[in-house]
Amino acid sequence: MILVIAEQHGDKLNRATWETIAAAQQLAAGQPIAVVVPGAAPTVAADLATAQVAELITIDHPALAAYTADGFTAALHAAIEQLSPACVLLPHTYQTRDFAPKLAARMNRAIVTDVTAIKPGEKPRFVRPMFQGKLTADVVLQGPAPHFATIQIGAYRADKAARGTSPAAVRALTVQVDPAAIRQQAEPPFQEARQAVDLSQAERIVSVGRGIKEQSNIALAQQLADALSAELAASRPICDAGWLPMERQVGSSGQTVAPKLYLALGISGAIQHLVGMKGSSTIVAINKDPDAPIFEVADYGIVGDLFEIVPAMIAALKN
Amino acid sequence: MRIAVCIKQVPTRDWQPKLNESRTWIREQDASFEMNEPDQYALEESLRLKEKHGGEVVVCSAGPARVSQVIREALARGADRAIHVEDDGLGSADAFVVADALASAMKDEQFDLILTGLQSDDQGFAQTGVILAERLGLPHATIIMDVQVESSRLRVKRELEGGWFQWISMPLPSVLTIQSGINQLRYATLKGIMAAKKREIRKVTPATSEARQQIVSLYVPEKAKKTRIISGSAGEAARELGRVLREEVRVIQ
Repeated sequence: MILVIAEQHGDKLNRATWETIAAAQQLAAGQPIAVVVPGAAPTVAADLATAQVAELITIDHPALAAYTADGFTAALHAAIEQLSPACVLLPHTYQTRDFAPKLAARMNRAIVTDVTAIKPGEKPRFVRPMFQGKLTADVVLQGPAPHFATIQIGAYRADKAARGTSPAAVRALTVQVDPAAIRQQAEPPFQEARQAVDLSQAERIVSVGRGIKEQSNIALAQQLADALSAELAASRPICDAGWLPMERQVGSSGQTVAPKLYLALGISGAIQHLVGMKGSSTIVAINKDPDAPIFEVADYGIVGDLFEIVPAMIAALKN
Repeated sequence: MRIAVCIKQVPTRDWQPKLNESRTWIREQDASFEMNEPDQYALEESLRLKEKHGGEVVVCSAGPARVSQVIREALARGADRAIHVEDDGLGSADAFVVADALASAMKDEQFDLILTGLQSDDQGFAQTGVILAERLGLPHATIIMDVQVESSRLRVKRELEGGWFQWISMPLPSVLTIQSGINQLRYATLKGIMAAKKREIRKVTPATSEARQQIVSLYVPEKAKKTRIISGSAGEAARELGRVLREEVRVIQ
């Protein structure tokens, strides 16, 4: 059996769950798939039951009501012991990253994270980026089942997940969790400030990365953005350094954007950035390193010094 | 407070990857190395907590002999002493093996707080800190952007996706994985570099531990798209790109 752990918050599904179901369907090769919905989420359960899977398993336990790493680890450990799957797939969200390694460590089982593709077979190969996306690895997991794998956001298409002809059977599973085992207390999630800049609505974005070198050079990128009537955005390190406000950050920890034009200046293209912008219609990359991972998703590229190319572009756009 | 900070040595950012003959790992002899960036933020946070609450900062690293370079650097920035779990295999080991190695060397130290970066810039598992917490029987929280110590408890700000955050509280001792950008890094002073030479580095041999992952093939990524590279001088390339965006993509006027 292949188990998919769904992610939901307040009975709202994280859509990455559908991507993970698509990955499970590719990996399954005849094995039954069961989807586990942690926490009380009737709407999510009914939605996911439309997937072409053998079974939908709901676990409604207080330990799964508000997320804590200890609560999820204990409850899902108990569920997996009962179900004994061959493989457990999870969407590679921040929540998964928080508990999945602990769950695998508690069970002493292998876990592979950030999976972008699966090459099925007797020993499936899990494909994942390494070295900031400069290299890709095929990984085989060792030791007894179940093996855990987290599926990178956007690696599989949610709309490719096969739907069943009739809804999957729904079963409620009961688990025991010692309340004393839950050591974290979580407060409700919040946003730092109402985001003044909604980059998701921008038609054109000029985005800067480490290649901009100094804060004073941000002005050059701003001039190009102005010439293109574009919003200015950045990769994480630029916002970490305070050169642009956090609300202009694109990537997994920032905003997800899909403009008509995304022009990446001096951005190498680490996976955390790519997941936030690879849905853009046209991607242009300007980078001095021809092997930068950004060129893997770029439609057009210029290999060279952005400090020569950007002023030339500004001049060309004015004509 | 006894604070441990786990750091990893990784290839530098401008390193161009070269593969070994079996194409299962990099040619390490061609790489230059530096301290993993998220671990630098964890180190800085541990130094700030020590400055505020007193105690000591112990830097822990698992890796081959070359790792002593980043240990020295951490000592020069202000860590008090170090534990080096030394083994040639640890440079390319999976997160379980590294966490087991660190746990065996750290378990008798009675640390109040253990920090590490949220992931490494080499294999990027984002697992080691969490597995280390489980091996030491400690609670943990990941992707942390603020750390507040209130007597024997901890209140931390966990980053969620898309600009959301959440405060988590839990008892000490515990393990945190630190997000880049939580603070502004300091750099080593000459005085720090001199002082570091006298600080203790305890070397530990790891117990053997079973690998859970095997890299069967390592390669340059296959391109998802066909990229049209626009060549020529800066001026020529800029003009051609402008033409393409105007006439072919029609995204500007």
